[in-house]
Amino acid sequence: MCLAVPMKVVKREGERGVVELEGVSRDVALHFVDAQVGEYVLIHAGFAIQKIDEQSALDTIQLFREMLAAGAIEQPEELQPEDRGSP
Amino acid sequence: MKYVEEYRQKGLVTEIAGQIAAKIDRPVTLMEVCGTHTMAIHRHGIPEIVPRELRLLSGPGCPVCVTPTSYIDAAIELSRREDVTLTTFGDLVRVPGSSTSLERRKAEGADVVTVYSPLDAVTLAEQRPDRQVVFLAVGFETTAPTVAASVREARNRNVENFSVLVGHKLVPPALIALLQDEEVNVDGFICPGHVSTIIGARAYEPIVNEFGAPCVVAGFEPVDIVAALAWLVEMVVTGKPEVRNAYTRVVTDEGNTCALECMYEVFEAVDSAWRGLGAIPASGLAMREAYAELDAVNRFGLKMQEVAETSGCLCGDVLRGAIEPSDCALFAEQCTPEHPIGPCMVSSEGTCAAFYKYKLRR
Repeated sequence: MCLAVPMKVVKREGERGVVELEGVSRDVALHFVDAQVGEYVLIHAGFAIQKIDEQSALDTIQLFREMLAAGAIEQPEELQPEDRGSP
Repeated sequence: MKYVEEYRQKGLVTEIAGQIAAKIDRPVTLMEVCGTHTMAIHRHGIPEIVPRELRLLSGPGCPVCVTPTSYIDAAIELSRREDVTLTTFGDLVRVPGSSTSLERRKAEGADVVTVYSPLDAVTLAEQRPDRQVVFLAVGFETTAPTVAASVREARNRNVENFSVLVGHKLVPPALIALLQDEEVNVDGFICPGHVSTIIGARAYEPIVNEFGAPCVVAGFEPVDIVAALAWLVEMVVTGKPEVRNAYTRVVTDEGNTCALECMYEVFEAVDSAWRGLGAIPASGLAMREAYAELDAVNRFGLKMQEVAETSGCLCGDVLRGAIEPSDCALFAEQCTPEHPIGPCMVSSEGTCAAFYKYKLRR
């Protein structure tokens, strides 16, 4: 439940922004971090909870890919397309 | 390239496991308290790599699992109201209350919507002014600030038909309760990575200073976890407990102070009931008086009544680390991921579900 996924900030307007990973982009709340466009953040429940440096982010993303491929985790919601019918 | 990296990592994991074997001179019991750690440890077969003297336990690290039946029952009571739309994270809907689950209530026609973010629940309330939208807020310190920010948003956006049933729990007080439990024997803790992102490594200092149990904040790769085990064993063996941070790439000493300020502006720490652990002082969050009108308990006059756990289900003992899932007579017999009886089997990151998925196969 405390899964958090690193994603890249591609847009920021005040406390709202857009993050992107693997071609999936989502709206995100940026209340808790001062991350700017181009920086990586950890996303949990639609909020960025921490800034993270690029190399750590890329390492973690690779780990996610491997864990997903091995069936060790379910596809994080962050990486699912956003238009799934319900909000 | 990937195989090279994997090989290296495997080599490193084995090397660190060797260091643990060289250091350990007595039986040591370490506990993790994070569903993602539970999954990672079993997935990578870490219990089989480390020396036999090192016992690994899963504690109360799955928020859905530690949520007491009284909370589920209150949510089910809400689901019977014609005017209420319940919004929740996915895992919670399958957890059985004393009579039914939200999943079954949904099949019977109750309005239960799974959301990805608590902010989505606020937006849904805006879109459906004829409904009372209630967000079922469970989760540890990782999640609580996101709910607090959503409560503030609802107020700022004048969304009057939104409220929250608060069931948040705080991790450090539960660790202290476990150390005070005579049936539980734990020498140190692998502390949860993303809870620590919010609360900071320093939040575990009372556990070290007052109870002498070492704490290491760990990430989720096999190397992260085994390295944390090595540090913990070293500190147990030498008798010099400390808080150490093996996940510095996202965890600082102070945590995310902005998220913590938001969390404590909206919520305050209160005594709280955990499944299996009972009531623990200052281990849960409740809405502050200033936000009382956004509290579903006040809005709907709910009463949280303590109820006995399902007969035969030993989830509570599993959550305390007092027994292993296979010690429960229901495990893998009547209780399976397809037909879960207790929450530790319901949640994909519950200890029983992890055991079922990885250990049963071996």
